[in-house]
Amino acid sequence: MTTATAYTTTEMMTVAAARRLPDRAVCFVGIGLPSTAANLARITHAPRIVLIYESGPIGAKPRVLPLSIGDGELADTADTVVSTAEIFRYWLQGERIDVGFLGAAQVDKFGNINTTVIGPYARPTVRLPGAGGAPEIAALAKEVLIVLQQSKRTFVDKLDFITSAGYLTGGDARARLKLPGKGPVAIITDLCVMEPEPVSNEFIVTSLHAGVTRAKVEEATGWAIRFASDVRVTPEPTERELSVLRDLQQRTAVAHGRAD
Amino acid sequence: MADIVTLREAVGTLIHDGDVVAMEGFTHLIPFAAGHEVIRQKRRDLTLVRMTPDLIYDQLIGAGCARRLVFSWGGNPGVGSLHRFRDAVEHDWPRPLEVEEHSHAAMANAYVAGAANLPFALFRGYAGSDLPRYNDRIRPVNCPFTGEVLTAVPSLRPDVTVIHAQRADRDGNVLIRGILGVQKEAVLAARRALITVEEIVDDLGADTNACLLPHWVTSAVCVVPRGAHPSYAYGYYDRDNLFYQEWDNIARTREGFQSWLNHHVLKEPAA
Repeated sequence: MTTATAYTTTEMMTVAAARRLPDRAVCFVGIGLPSTAANLARITHAPRIVLIYESGPIGAKPRVLPLSIGDGELADTADTVVSTAEIFRYWLQGERIDVGFLGAAQVDKFGNINTTVIGPYARPTVRLPGAGGAPEIAALAKEVLIVLQQSKRTFVDKLDFITSAGYLTGGDARARLKLPGKGPVAIITDLCVMEPEPVSNEFIVTSLHAGVTRAKVEEATGWAIRFASDVRVTPEPTERELSVLRDLQQRTAVAHGRAD
Repeated sequence: MADIVTLREAVGTLIHDGDVVAMEGFTHLIPFAAGHEVIRQKRRDLTLVRMTPDLIYDQLIGAGCARRLVFSWGGNPGVGSLHRFRDAVEHDWPRPLEVEEHSHAAMANAYVAGAANLPFALFRGYAGSDLPRYNDRIRPVNCPFTGEVLTAVPSLRPDVTVIHAQRADRDGNVLIRGILGVQKEAVLAARRALITVEEIVDDLGADTNACLLPHWVTSAVCVVPRGAHPSYAYGYYDRDNLFYQEWDNIARTREGFQSWLNHHVLKEPAA
């Protein structure tokens, strides 16, 4: 495979996230970046991946990316469509999900997610959309991937609100809750990939995207970010990954009547 | 027994000030026309229940209809914030809004429990989340057989559930196709049910296992073509994604919202 010459940091993030999804995995997909990456995986290396969206489609194979979690395209291309209640009760709580794929407004060093408020709960400075399906996905999926843009605003030392649990206060704090799911196994950003350090469960950088310096990651993180002893360089997107991703986004833009 | 009536009459009869009202539809089949009629009839002090408030509750909240919101995800899907919802929470405009906040799993389970005539829903929820610290209606409960700690939330039992569906037959039996969301559960959990449909047909053409709500569980059926716009009706029309994007600008300021409401909802004669 040849390496592409020019690509954006968001494309690198999407490709790096897609590569984490194994073929045949059953994947509970959030809208936005997770959905883009999951469908990129499905069209490239993981043709038998099963995509489940919380609105009800199981085995969705959308030809264009959904803008909302309940787009008709998901129903049209799914193996079956069940009720939302069934999705959460039988399929998620029933421990049928291999990978929960989440976005986030903010994360902390233990992979906890805030999508609820910035500031005090009763009188927030920013009211975020809220939990959606994430708290139970974070607890019940066998493992969780988190994908988001990295900055000091999004990677914070202390969350004002934990909406969905990562490793909580670190160490064995999550293990003590005896949750079925292992927790977040990677945070994929536009700069790097982080994975939990054994024992402490603090997220450390294990792979830097090509051209990204440690200083740049440090500047974009709200805590003293640490690096693995053997930090790798993330393989750049291949021509095929990029062309599939761009075709998908182009088809999506045409279908949804937008120029971007 | 469902009567096939006008939307104005159905809202006037079935929805009262202070009611607990659930308008459901998971991105698909959102009952916008019915929401607009509630705004026109100036209902006040409603407790609005809905998993994803979406634009429909942004409009009802901005119009001053709501006292309380029970929800689990309050954004403009694929676009960003709900500005009227945020203005109410952050600045009490046009009036303070009490918030009861859950996860999707909790609300879906709470509708199921309501439909099953149970007092609470039991599930594995909220582990490690801060939400139970701010919502005392999320409580731990022990399994009576093993002692395992599980999570309970009260059932949802709306006074009225409002949904939109593709079609009804002349007896008022209603057929829903595509993304089903929690509409069936929300209707069966409610005391009264108001259903708007795209059209009335002689024969629903329903498969044996189709999602069908028999006429004797609904209170009123109203024919409102495009009644889910700007959401969509599978098999009838697509989601108006452009409007969802435009809403971000319309609702960003109080003046912009008020002007839109005056022109597109308040001036429009009721069906």
